[in-house]
Amino acid sequence: MKMTGRKLIDIFIRNSIKMLSLLLAVSFLSFLLVSLSPIDPVGQYILGLQTAVSPEQRAEIEEYWGVNEPPVERYFHWLTEVLQGELGESVIYRRPVAEIIGERFINSLALMLCAWLISGIFGFILGIVMGRYYDRWPDKILKKICYILSSMPTFWIGLLLLLIFGVWLKWFPIGFSSPIGVLSRDVSLGEKIYHLILPAFTLSLMSFSGIALHTREKLWDVMNSDYVLFARTRGEDEWTILKRHGIRNVILPALTLQFSSFAELFGGSVIAENVFSYPGLGSAVSAAGLQSDLSLLLGITLFSALFVCTGNMIANLLYRIVDPGIREVKE
Amino acid sequence: MWIDENKMKCKQQKLLEIHNLSLSFQRYGTWLRQESLEVISNLDFTVDKGEVVAVVGASGSGKSLLAAAILGILPPNAIVQGEIYYQGTRLTARLQEQLRGRDFALVPQSTTYLDPLMRVGQQADGHRKPRPTERRKKIFEKLSLPEKTGKLYPFQLSGGMTRRVLVATAMLTEAQLIIADEPTPGMGVEQALEALQMFRQMANEGKSVILITHDIDLAVLFADKVAVIYGGNTVEIASSRDFERGEEGLRHPYTKALWRALPQNGFEPVWGTQPYAGSCMKGCIFAPRCSMRTWECEEKMPPIRELREGEVRCYHAT
Ligand code: SF4
Repeated sequence: MKMTGRKLIDIFIRNSIKMLSLLLAVSFLSFLLVSLSPIDPVGQYILGLQTAVSPEQRAEIEEYWGVNEPPVERYFHWLTEVLQGELGESVIYRRPVAEIIGERFINSLALMLCAWLISGIFGFILGIVMGRYYDRWPDKILKKICYILSSMPTFWIGLLLLLIFGVWLKWFPIGFSSPIGVLSRDVSLGEKIYHLILPAFTLSLMSFSGIALHTREKLWDVMNSDYVLFARTRGEDEWTILKRHGIRNVILPALTLQFSSFAELFGGSVIAENVFSYPGLGSAVSAAGLQSDLSLLLGITLFSALFVCTGNMIANLLYRIVDPGIREVKE
Repeated sequence: MWIDENKMKCKQQKLLEIHNLSLSFQRYGTWLRQESLEVISNLDFTVDKGEVVAVVGASGSGKSLLAAAILGILPPNAIVQGEIYYQGTRLTARLQEQLRGRDFALVPQSTTYLDPLMRVGQQADGHRKPRPTERRKKIFEKLSLPEKTGKLYPFQLSGGMTRRVLVATAMLTEAQLIIADEPTPGMGVEQALEALQMFRQMANEGKSVILITHDIDLAVLFADKVAVIYGGNTVEIASSRDFERGEEGLRHPYTKALWRALPQNGFEPVWGTQPYAGSCMKGCIFAPRCSMRTWECEEKMPPIRELREGEVRCYHAT
């Protein structure tokens, strides 16, 4: 019996409810933290105006912004605005937050997607190689490399790559998403990809060893399972077994792991984008934090929570569609 | 009664001969000293064409590793001594590799031997091309597996269906030797009879079957001869008829004790525990539990010898 579409919709609805309540909690917590922080949004705003403001004018602004209302009231006020898509204006960029997020997200998404694909594909292939030669020399060498990579901080790897490939070898640009001094509409796709390679590679190194080591263990388990033993008695050679049973049984857990790594990926992108001055959400969030741009900070926090939740939901649904054990109900 | 009498007419030919097979595992003990643990020692028996040989022994007698030894799929730390001949040629790792899936087929015991993520039909067809899909469908039908079985995943099969699918994988090959490893546990009597009947049928068609089991009662019904394993040793080889005749037909004290332990023969438990094959006894491995033992028995391991058209490893058997 095939799992009905209704069941999938059911899961979708349940996941959505979970996601919404999580987002609500995130919005409340981040708002709370921001209100408790010593940052003075009015002061920041006035600083940004770069004109002298009299105490009366300041009081007026405070009145207009509702600074003196009770925090709960302010929260609901803010929330209703957010729900209407009004995220406020960034004080450092002097533009609506939603617009900045939209623009920067495209850049970040390209970066994360590339890193995600690189780490997924290469991590998986490497994991297969390690599992195939478990505890023999190719495995031992690759395993050491994986451990070294996973214990090195991302920003340090980023700097190292930047130094080697950007500064010394000059193979890749040292930063940004497009050549300096070229109007953004004149930048070709090729140039964009060229600028993307180094940061994407850096970011991929972060989750790469996780997937490789996980695949290695899984493949080892599969190769020692009863069904592989049986396949061997039926005359399948090692290569056939790897193709017929190994990859089939290892790819599903690998996919799940890869989809659930969205949160890490997002965290890592903040670092990678800063190292390479790449104009994505990650560099925007650190700029917002350092320069006390509260509306941008809150906007990005909410947006990234939404992004990570969506990734997890896709993983959840995909897993159910792909895994026959869940997809097809027992007779 | 289950045995095809016609078979007796055709010239009996040896298909598989096992001589003095010993099997031990190497492992690291304390201080990296290598230890080896012997699980089978001095195992002897032969399988003729068209014959079902039951290999009977309590769990821990090493009988399950026998299948792995014949097929050549033992883990790398296993050490095999002695010889196995297939159609007169001595088996080597290379030959075993060629024979697996061609001349040898294993019928494993449980659903864990099926790939959980591959549809049963594709799995039964195997990796060889062209896929024998049409023939497989006929065999499934013959084993009264519903047509849609091929489209199912292993977890969707009932225990009985799994068993039949596993048997079908052997029937699909041209294998001359089928090794069934504990095919009956977890089955009702009816199902068990049905399963064993399938193996009998294959033997009647000229193939040979090694039936590894702890269920003497059922084995005797379908097998031509029974090899009794005790502590990794062959202690007796008897024809099924000997079992039908009861205690007088049998030779070794252990076999007699097994026979008496059957429900219909008094249900008398076999007292004591079975030793490991490698428990370094110099005498007869059954001596500590044997009521017939003499000083001679504890001095030297008795050789296997022929007795009344069977074989026995005992000084005093008559
Ligand atoms: S050799 Fe001796 S101890 Fe061993 S079974 Fe025979 S009589 Fe018993």
